[in-house]
Amino acid sequence: MNSDNITNVLIVGVGGQGVILASNILCEVALQSGYDVKKSEVHGMSQRGGVVTSHVRFGAKIYSALIASGAADAMLAFEASEAMRFAHEVKKGGTLYASLQTIKPPSGGGKKAKKYPDNPLGDAKDFCAGTVVPIDAEKIANELGNSRLTNTILLGALSKGLEIDENTWVQVISKMVPPKTIELNLEAFARGRREAQ
Amino acid sequence: MKENNKVLLFGNEAIAHGAREAGVYFASAYPGTPSTEILEVFSKFPGIFAKWSPNEKVAMEVGIGSSLTGTRTLVTMKHVGMNVAMDPLMTFTYTGVVGGFVLVCADDPGMHSSQNEQDNRILGKFAKMPILEPSDCQEAHDFTILGYELSERFNTPVMLHETTRIAHAKGLVQLGEWQEPVRGEHIERDYQRFVMMPMFAKARHTFAENRTIQLAKFSNEWEGNALEFNSKDIGIVTSGIAYQYIKELLPDASFLKVGMPFPFPTEKARQLADHVKRIIVVEELEPFIEEELLIAGIKCEGKKYFSREGELNLDIVHQGLYEAGIASKPAKMPTPADVVSRPPVLCAGCPHRGIDMALKKVNADIFGDIGCYTLSALAPLNTMHTCFCMGASIGNAIGVALTQTNAKHPPIAMIGDSTFLHSGLTGLLDMVYSQANATLVIIDNRITAMTGGQENPGSGHDLMGNEAPKVNFEKIISSLGIEKIVNVDTYKFDEAVERVKEAIDFEGPSVIIARQACALFPSKLKPEPYFIEEDCNGCGACLRIGCPAISISGEKTDKGLDKAIIDAGACTGCTLCVQICPIDVIFPVKEAEEIKV
Ligand SMILES: Cc1ncc(C[n+]2csc(CCOP(=O)(O)OP(=O)(O)O)c2C)c(N)n1
Repeated sequence: MNSDNITNVLIVGVGGQGVILASNILCEVALQSGYDVKKSEVHGMSQRGGVVTSHVRFGAKIYSALIASGAADAMLAFEASEAMRFAHEVKKGGTLYASLQTIKPPSGGGKKAKKYPDNPLGDAKDFCAGTVVPIDAEKIANELGNSRLTNTILLGALSKGLEIDENTWVQVISKMVPPKTIELNLEAFARGRREAQ
Repeated sequence: MKENNKVLLFGNEAIAHGAREAGVYFASAYPGTPSTEILEVFSKFPGIFAKWSPNEKVAMEVGIGSSLTGTRTLVTMKHVGMNVAMDPLMTFTYTGVVGGFVLVCADDPGMHSSQNEQDNRILGKFAKMPILEPSDCQEAHDFTILGYELSERFNTPVMLHETTRIAHAKGLVQLGEWQEPVRGEHIERDYQRFVMMPMFAKARHTFAENRTIQLAKFSNEWEGNALEFNSKDIGIVTSGIAYQYIKELLPDASFLKVGMPFPFPTEKARQLADHVKRIIVVEELEPFIEEELLIAGIKCEGKKYFSREGELNLDIVHQGLYEAGIASKPAKMPTPADVVSRPPVLCAGCPHRGIDMALKKVNADIFGDIGCYTLSALAPLNTMHTCFCMGASIGNAIGVALTQTNAKHPPIAMIGDSTFLHSGLTGLLDMVYSQANATLVIIDNRITAMTGGQENPGSGHDLMGNEAPKVNFEKIISSLGIEKIVNVDTYKFDEAVERVKEAIDFEGPSVIIARQACALFPSKLKPEPYFIEEDCNGCGACLRIGCPAISISGEKTDKGLDKAIIDAGACTGCTLCVQICPIDVIFPVKEAEEIKV
């Protein structure tokens, strides 16, 4: 009800996509920028192919770590059908940065399992009160030569919409990614920033 | 606003740091979500000793031993673990502690990773121990330290009660100085205090009741039970994570934020009642605080608006406030109806898959247990038919074997290595003792996988990273009196089927030990990919083993059937799909590349 001055970022994806690392980086960036920060996520099943969500909130004073439904200022979706699943969580005026990447669930569910949507980002637009920004993060990551860079690319896009100094991002990313991949990650971050323009 | 001396920590990390600062030397636990990380973090600190025990009862008893020497001691577990540890705990609260003792109990409202959602504040009260309940990460840290002060001052084990949304949420924490870990030299004999037989236990019970009265005085004075006087209309009594939701939604209400639900700060609640017209209790799961208020004769409303089921969040609390007539109607967002589901699956290369496939072939009733292998209850394997609690599979199968009159096959119990060592040994003893015609399958992946890959007595390593004796399953099993022990390599399907049949056909109790290392822990298996050739006939046999590396390719056969494809980045080369492919069209990628060259 009084969410003024609070930024709500929801990060969603599938186990193994780097949702948790991305949300850790965002938290640290917010902390370095002088904000109160909280995040909440559920561990456990994520390593076994499940949906992973991480709620990050920062501002002068944060109570709940969970974002109320439909109140996300920004959302990062690392997978297209997950963008669709959570699109309604973005508020009016907010932005959904959605990777085009699709990950079909293993055929385990049997005949009754729901089919993978034909046009997940189209559906995401229908349910999103804010703007959907599609990003071909997989393609960019492959151009940079490492498919694991998609989360940093999306963080780059997100950074464009947040009022946080770019240098803080650069410092935090340099500190938190594996040392050998710092340059690549910074490049990925810059590419993501450009995509969001 | 800049507070750079604060760090961002998970609730569980904050508790580990708090314990280290409080001078804890010794910690024991059995892993369980959402409590596990506390010991994983604590064990990395210098100058301390931390260990996994085979189960929570043993962890508790080991912890009591440590406290008896005067050592500051930490014991952690998930909510259901406390059921296992209740026996020693119920009497430990009579004797009291020597070295400060904090039991961290992590509840899982909403069952993110559990088989039930019991509210363990009730167990803490039942055991007559003070309960501290943090509402954020800073309090998780601070209350841990306070727990040791209270424990030694009031001579009692203290329960620190957290939930998933504290344990696995990050927030800012101001850390403090480390105290030298407190380690005792030897135990002081005092049989009237520590030998709990009736003539001595009666006096200790009196001691415990008096202690509760003293603790209630503390509870009424302590600033952690915090009164916030604002609105004269609405007073909220709340605790734990619920405080954060309701504080955000109703910042202008008056509050009693309960940091110690037991003994309950009744006098403070009366002060709130004197100040406001209406008291509403917001708490997760059981009406614990509500009942304390009602016992004290304080009028309140609570579960009328907030469910006993599941966890709370901003939306649920908002809805409850609306029903109570305090908030506007929450807006409902339209949500997409048809999104693909992503149920958790056994990993590619998981050793559970092979034994599941073999068991499916014989189509027996399979009594299950708790671990990754519980996922085999789901499609497409569907090979587990019950799951109650750790160790239950064996007793369940014995009961079935001794009573059912018209079954095709004798019952099978299926259990993981960690779960077997946790509470399967006594069940197996009963299987021998009662000569039940049942088969126990122990799936030995050499690790406690479900909770994130913790060491156990079968792993050959301990929590501190040292080598440890490795339990010999065959020796234990045969010494309990099992005459039929069968070994299975879970990657060899035909052989596994033969061996399963052999064990089932054996008249009397038998054990199958199914082995392969976990695909995820201690390190993820490297891809060793196979591929499916063009002439796949779309029979779907490989899709029915539920491997996340195998999916429908999108291509169709001439008959219009779906061809399958293997994800080269995920396939570990376990070859189970190769072995069941009826037309032999699955080959190693390596071989194909060699042919090309
Ligand atoms: C009493 C109790 N303690 C802890 C847990 C949490 N828990 C669920 S499964 C599991 C480990 C299972 O390990 P194992 O039997 O080796 O099977 P795996 O997951 O490795 O297949 C644990 C610790 C629980 N459910 N109940």
